[in-house]
Amino acid sequence: MAANPMTQFEVYRIGPEIKVGAFDISFTNASLFMVISSLAILIIFNLGSKKNSLLPNKIQLLAELSYTFVSKMISDTAGSKAKPYFSFIFSLFMFVLFCNMFGMIPYTFTVTSHIIVTFVLAAFIFVSVTIIGFIKHGIGYLKLFVPSGVPIVLLPLIVVIEIISYLSRPISLSVRLFANMMAGHTMMKVFGGFVISLGVVGGWLPLSFSVALTGLEILVAFLQAYVFAILTCIYLNDALNLHH
Amino acid sequence: MVKKIFFQLIFFNLFFLKEVFAAESGGMPQLNPEFWISQIFWLTLTFGILYIVLSKLILPKISANLELRKSQIQENIEAAEKQRESSEAKLKEYDDIVSKSKLEANNIFKEARENALKEINAKKETLDKQIDEEIKKVEQEINLLRKGASEKINKIAIETTSELLVKLIGTEVNSSSISAIVDDLSKRNGDKYYGN
Repeated sequence: MAANPMTQFEVYRIGPEIKVGAFDISFTNASLFMVISSLAILIIFNLGSKKNSLLPNKIQLLAELSYTFVSKMISDTAGSKAKPYFSFIFSLFMFVLFCNMFGMIPYTFTVTSHIIVTFVLAAFIFVSVTIIGFIKHGIGYLKLFVPSGVPIVLLPLIVVIEIISYLSRPISLSVRLFANMMAGHTMMKVFGGFVISLGVVGGWLPLSFSVALTGLEILVAFLQAYVFAILTCIYLNDALNLHH
Repeated sequence: MVKKIFFQLIFFNLFFLKEVFAAESGGMPQLNPEFWISQIFWLTLTFGILYIVLSKLILPKISANLELRKSQIQENIEAAEKQRESSEAKLKEYDDIVSKSKLEANNIFKEARENALKEINAKKETLDKQIDEEIKKVEQEINLLRKGASEKINKIAIETTSELLVKLIGTEVNSSSISAIVDDLSKRNGDKYYGN
């Protein structure tokens, strides 16, 4: 591995170059880890749902706890109207969580440390939520930008701020995840580099930092997946239950 | 708010970072658009398949499993509740039976006592009656005997007198004349001997 902490984020082709028209859709290491994450999720949850015993075994318990965890998260933030979107939010949470967690294994690739991946997810959520909002409330969905109980004088300013904050949702959502993953992995790489460069004498301090950071990063990996999913729920809540 | 500013700073710094790392190895790999289309394609494919399989096959099964378990537990709780209720009812029934039988036993005891008393009374009455009757009979007999006694005495007196007369004077005296005399005597002194 090169000393540059950014090389871990490099995408390279695995196998032949695949081109559809002008687009390069070659299978890369990023694609590999997307496939691995998805397969891991499918295998775990398939095993967890196969057998139904009254007293669940470990993998069934895992699947059912995740199910109730996400289900509770959705009903707490977006209410019962969000039930049809449960599968999507569950898949999203699991996908991001598994991508983050697989990234914690040394020499792997972190899918979610790429802005394009998180941005596509966030943009899809943003567009879907906006469409759902307009379908549910028609043109009345624009009331979202006009909070009640605001003085008329301030209203133009507030509306502009609300619109900007609404439009910045996909950016903040994607950058939050991407920046967290990238910063954490870069930091770990930098400390790892220090261990090598300081050698046996001075390397112990950055090594202990590295160990501590690994724990922190595992927490961040879970937390960012949770935040990503819960913000999706909150946006969905805005679209389903217009509160303003 | 601070967090937001922080993230926005990071986001805008990416452009500067690109300059910084450009010198080393072509900047941040994330901003290299070479594989963007590939990543979008594979993300859509894998996430799409993941979503479809999860939502159509796996999640309904987990949900069904959870529902089944919930309903099973609910059923068990209900069954336990039912059994508790039935056992309570049975206990109540048992108590009822015990109290009822106690009452019945009391009643039976009372009845038996009354019956026994009645029987005793009845027997006593009949016995009394019998005794009274016997006494009456005996009294009548006594009266009869009393009445008959004077006649018998008279007869005996007549016989003895006639025998005495035969022995004394050697001749038979007409019994009718003797009886007349005895009658006369007894009428006169009857009260003295019989105390009537």
